[in-house]
Formats: sequence, structure tokens, C-alpha cells
Amino acid sequence: MNVQFRDLPEQAASKDAKTAIADCDIHPARATRTELYPFLARRWQEHLETYDKHAYQGMMEGPPYPKAQPNASRRDAYPPEGGPQGSSLSFMQKQHLDPNNVVLGVLNPLATGQGIRNQDLAAAICSAINDWQIEKWTSKDSRLKGSIVVANEDGPAAAAEIRKRAGDPNFVQVLLLSRNVEPLGQRRYWPIYEAAEEAGLPVGVHAFGFGGNPITASGWPSFYIEEMVGHSQCQQTALASLVLEGVFERHPTLKMIMIEAGFGWTPSLCWRLDKVWRRLRSEVPHVKRPPSEYIRDHIYWTTQPMEDPERRQDLFDVIDWIGWDKLLFATDYPHWDFDDPSRVLPAGVSEDNRAAFYLGNARRVYGLE
Amino acid sequence: MTSTIAGGVDCDLHPAVPHLTSLLPYLNDYWRDQVTTRGMVDLVSQSYPPNSPISARPDWRPAQGKPGSRLADMQAQALDPFQTAFGICNPFYGVQMVFSEDMAVAFCRALNDWLAKEWLDQDARLRGSIVIPVQSVEKSVAEIERCAADPRFVQVLMLVMGDMPLGKRHYWPIYAAAERLGLPIGIHAGSNYHNPPSSVGWGSYHIEDYVAQAQAFQTQLTSLIVEGVFARHPKLKMVMLESGFTWLPPFLWRLHKFWRGIRMETPWVDRAPLEIVRSNIRLSLQPVDAPDDGSVLHRLFDHMQSDELLLFSTDYPHWQFDGNDVLPRGLSSDLVRKIMIDNPFATYGRLSQEVARETTP
Repeated sequence: MNVQFRDLPEQAASKDAKTAIADCDIHPARATRTELYPFLARRWQEHLETYDKHAYQGMMEGPPYPKAQPNASRRDAYPPEGGPQGSSLSFMQKQHLDPNNVVLGVLNPLATGQGIRNQDLAAAICSAINDWQIEKWTSKDSRLKGSIVVANEDGPAAAAEIRKRAGDPNFVQVLLLSRNVEPLGQRRYWPIYEAAEEAGLPVGVHAFGFGGNPITASGWPSFYIEEMVGHSQCQQTALASLVLEGVFERHPTLKMIMIEAGFGWTPSLCWRLDKVWRRLRSEVPHVKRPPSEYIRDHIYWTTQPMEDPERRQDLFDVIDWIGWDKLLFATDYPHWDFDDPSRVLPAGVSEDNRAAFYLGNARRVYGLE
Repeated sequence: MTSTIAGGVDCDLHPAVPHLTSLLPYLNDYWRDQVTTRGMVDLVSQSYPPNSPISARPDWRPAQGKPGSRLADMQAQALDPFQTAFGICNPFYGVQMVFSEDMAVAFCRALNDWLAKEWLDQDARLRGSIVIPVQSVEKSVAEIERCAADPRFVQVLMLVMGDMPLGKRHYWPIYAAAERLGLPIGIHAGSNYHNPPSSVGWGSYHIEDYVAQAQAFQTQLTSLIVEGVFARHPKLKMVMLESGFTWLPPFLWRLHKFWRGIRMETPWVDRAPLEIVRSNIRLSLQPVDAPDDGSVLHRLFDHMQSDELLLFSTDYPHWQFDGNDVLPRGLSSDLVRKIMIDNPFATYGRLSQEVARETTP
């Protein structure tokens, strides 16, 4: 996690020496407030001007927990032509894609129609965001791939959006957020998994989101750091729900990617799930195998923010327990807690594991081999 | 398996209240009348449905009544076989779940008196935890002070899922009282169900609620550390009970990374989270969320980077292990001694205190 103020020309010069990487968590932003309007019906433009988004949280502008940096982004990532960080393709190319030799960049738009209470508005904004990803990003740079964002609380509408985009090579996954009205395994979300499996697309679950629930099981905490650290707990619970509701039993070829919530928690969660499942399996007869087997077969994790214990062997133990074939490198560009690809992995990793970690696993999961 | 040693401290025993009517002798006329006139039923938390396999080991299940409701069973099944010197009773009864703070005060008081009379008075090995009506901080402090006069009460008990994150300043008078009286705060698995039992809403199943306890401990530990509870109360110990512990090292790696990145938000956190945990946090042994593989367990204990964090517990009568396999395999005899004897005595100062034959408070 390093906010960097680097010298750009020097960065560019080192490009050729760098390994080709996939960055599985890039956040594209809109340069202006109305940049999405060309993709939205007049009715929804007027609706937004009058009522705004009416989300599952109280703030009209900005998040309930103020971020650590403006727009949660690096201060050196403002494009020279103006606009917020992550809103300029040319600057993203110059600052990140080119110097870091990103050959596959997966876009995860966060400010979309998700977490909005009016489901018709949610569906309209999500569809507009998908058009905008093609128009502004993926059609202009073939390294970039989009995520199909969907109205997460309206299963049928979400499934329709997925089917509309199925087969479009601009998109490599369906994107959900971890905090929703209900835990992600609940049946209101099943149409999403059915459509994603049918389209052969993995479902990414990115940290954040708003579903109206307090973000801990004991209510609302005080600080941004609690929200950030807490993403791993939200993700663990969402994943437990997916397994225990039988989503992977119903969808044997569905793949899911846990994005930006760490991975170090996984072995302990798996051991706990397996142990408790052995005791309580009569309650969930639809869960036919030990939970860790579903997780092993269906789940991938992006790496940022990498856990970095003092002793690297501790990290290697955890990755060995999860599998070197399950991690997808991500930087979180342009956010402040960016992981630098040249520093994230300590020495002592085999060439094969390194290649899988930085690129091979991503190509396989996203079907781009 | 690893053998236990005699003279240990079992830090998590659950004596069960047979029924709400068992508390009637400990309620005043008004509350006795409320219970009967309103037809109040037993306060059983759905965190532990009595017939759920997790709530009692099959061979510990009595022919009738709730598991853990008879002292003779606890003696024969937990205290005697593990040659326990002290057993700390953490009554798990739905008194924290009610919404009226007046009712909670009356029920907590009755529960604490019931524990002293029907358990602590009956077996000199037993020690108690003070259950508090957390809706009212003022009344919680009063109940702590009332019970603390009896040195057999060695801890204050709270639930891991409640109305607010436990680090919130609102609760600090409770922590000040506990620190002043030499009582650790025990935080036990379970919810008062005043909030959804997970950070992402209501799941469908009992198994989800149980798995989610571990995540609740994680968010509470974050809250306690970043709010500055231990900067204010450096001598206060908190014990995570039935929390699992294998989540701790990766959790701390993550917390440490964010603390480094945004410590400007909570500048009073002037020590690394791992150091705060070493000095102020302890965790009970059971459940051991780990495979039965000696080499993995060895690595997990190494990741903890301390042999002082774990306190022996059976979690009786909950079903966490079979036979006498309460200790995970491969523990050295030094570590067994630390977990069973040294660490609990270092945590619960009152265990070393002379106890005269007390009357019930």
C-alpha cells in the first residue's frame, strides 16, 4: 500500500525490462458529472437532476466514511487535462498501463447503479455504464476489458443485462459488490449467477457497496480504517453465504472472483466452514461437499491490498494453502492503496508461480488464453 | 492428540439456566410478577438452539433438560476428566437480548446471583463472569461493582454481536470499572440480535450465524484497537471466547497494513496492532478452526508469534472436539503448560486471590 509520487519519464524508460502483467482491478472514472448522460434516456437524466441516486446510504455526495485521499485516489493520478483520477485513458496509459506493462487490464467501475433503491434507475445507470465502458475505454485500448455491471437487487433485470452483453468481447466478467441488501447467496441473486454461468462469464465481487445493513454485525463503526479492514469480513460472510446456499452446487461451472478484500483470511474460513459443516450438515443437505471444496473449485482472489506479514514465509504458507493458481494480480489503480507490481511479491517465488500470479491465472479465469 | 495436564484453568464453561422460572427466586416482586403475568417464556438465544449438534456433544447430552444445566454433569464431563483447578462459568442466556434496559438489569442481576448460589457455592473450583445489561452503561457499571465484591467473579462478560461496536467510547466506563477492579472483559460468541447477525445482512441458516461469529470477532478487535481502548486502559485485558483463533495472524497483517497507511485518522493508536494484541488480547483455545494436520498446526502456531495468547477452554458442553482431544496435536509440553496454566493465571488476576467462603452477593 504505497501512495507514490514517481518520476514519470524514468518510469517509462524501464518499461521493456518489466514482465507483462494483468491488472485485475482498475477503476475508471467519469471526467464530468454528466459524462454518462449520452447513454441515459432523457427521463433518467431529469430524474438524476431532480432526485439524484437515492442510495442505500444517507449522503447525497460522497461516501459515509470520508476516504484517506480525495476520491480515494493517488494524488499523482490527476490527469493533466483535468478531471478526477482515473478519468483519462491517455493518462492511465502513460502513468500505469505502459510503464507497468499491463497487457490485460480489467475495469471495475464502482460508481454505478448498484446500491440504489429505485431499481429502474439502477438498471438504466448500469446499462449506461456498460455502454460507456465500451465507448470510452475498451474500444480505444484493446488491453482493457470491461465488467458488466448490473442492478444487483433486481435479479431478473440483472440477468437480462448479462444476456444482452453475453458474447461481447469487450466484457470479461459480471461485477457485483460485497455489501448488498442480503448476503450474496440469497435466492434474489440467483438469476445473476444463472445468466453468468450461461454466458461463461466469471462473477467478480468487489469490496464496498451499500445494502442498508450496518457494516458490522454490531452496528456502524466510527472510522474509515474500520470500513477498509472490514471489507474482508464482509467478503468472508458473503462467500460463506454463496457456499451454504448451494450456489455452486446449482452452478457447477460458475467461477467467482473476490476483489480487493484480501485473501489471507481464506484458509481459516475454510477450516471453520468445514468443521461446522460436519456438525450441522443436516441443516443444509443441499451442501453436498465440504465447503472448502466448493471454494477451491470456484473461487479466485485478486491480490491488492496484499497482506504483507513481517516474515515472508508466513505469506507463502497462506498462499500454499490457497493455491498459487488462485490469485490474480491487481493494483487498484488509481486508488491510494495501489500495490506496485515491482514490489508486491517478495523474493523466493518460483518462475512458474510468479508467471501464474502476474498473468497466467487471469488469462485462464477470464478465458483469454 | 496432545495430553492435558492437571491444575489447568478451563476458561469457557457454560452452565445453562434450566428455564426462566429458575431465575424467579432472584427477581423482586415486580419482575416476578411481570414474568408470570405477561406469560414470558424461556429466554433461549437462537445462537445456540438447544438441540443443535453444536450446542452439546452427543455424549454430554443429558437424558432430559438443557445440556450444561446440571453441576454433576459438568463435574463428571469437564472438571474431573481434565483435572481442572479452576473453571470459569460463562452463562449464555438471553438476558442481553431483551430491549427494555430495566428488564435487562433485573434479569442480569438475577442471573449473576443464580450463578453464585447454584454453581459457585456448590463447587470450589468454579469461578464466574458478570453478565451485564449493556443497553445501560451506568447500570452495567453498577452491576460490575456489585458483583466484584465477590472475588469469585473474575471477569465481565459481553457478547461479540451487540448494539454497537465494542470500541465505541460509549462503553468506556464499563472498561474503566473492569480495569479498576482487576476484571478482564470476556467477549463471547453470540448476538443479541439487535442488528443482523452478519455484516451483510440476515443469512438463512443457523450454520451461517455460527460461522459469522469469527468475522464478528474480527470487526470487534478492529474497533477495540482503533478506537483507542487500550491506549486509555493499558492494563485492561480482553478475552475472546469461542472466537476461533486461526484467523488472527492474517487479520493482523491486514490491519497493520491499513494502520500504516491511514494512522493519521486514529493518531492515538501509537503501537502496532500486533503489539496491542500481545499486551491486551487473549483468545480461548476452542474451537480450533484448523485441519488435523500437525505440520499445518505447527505453522499456524508459529504465525501467532507468541505463546501467551491462548487460554485453555473446553467450551463445555458445546461440541468442539471428541473424547479428550481438547488440545490440538503436536503442542509442546511447554506450550501446553502456557495455555492451560500460565496464560490463564496471568490473565485472570483474581484466580490467585484467596477466596474466603463467601456468601452470595
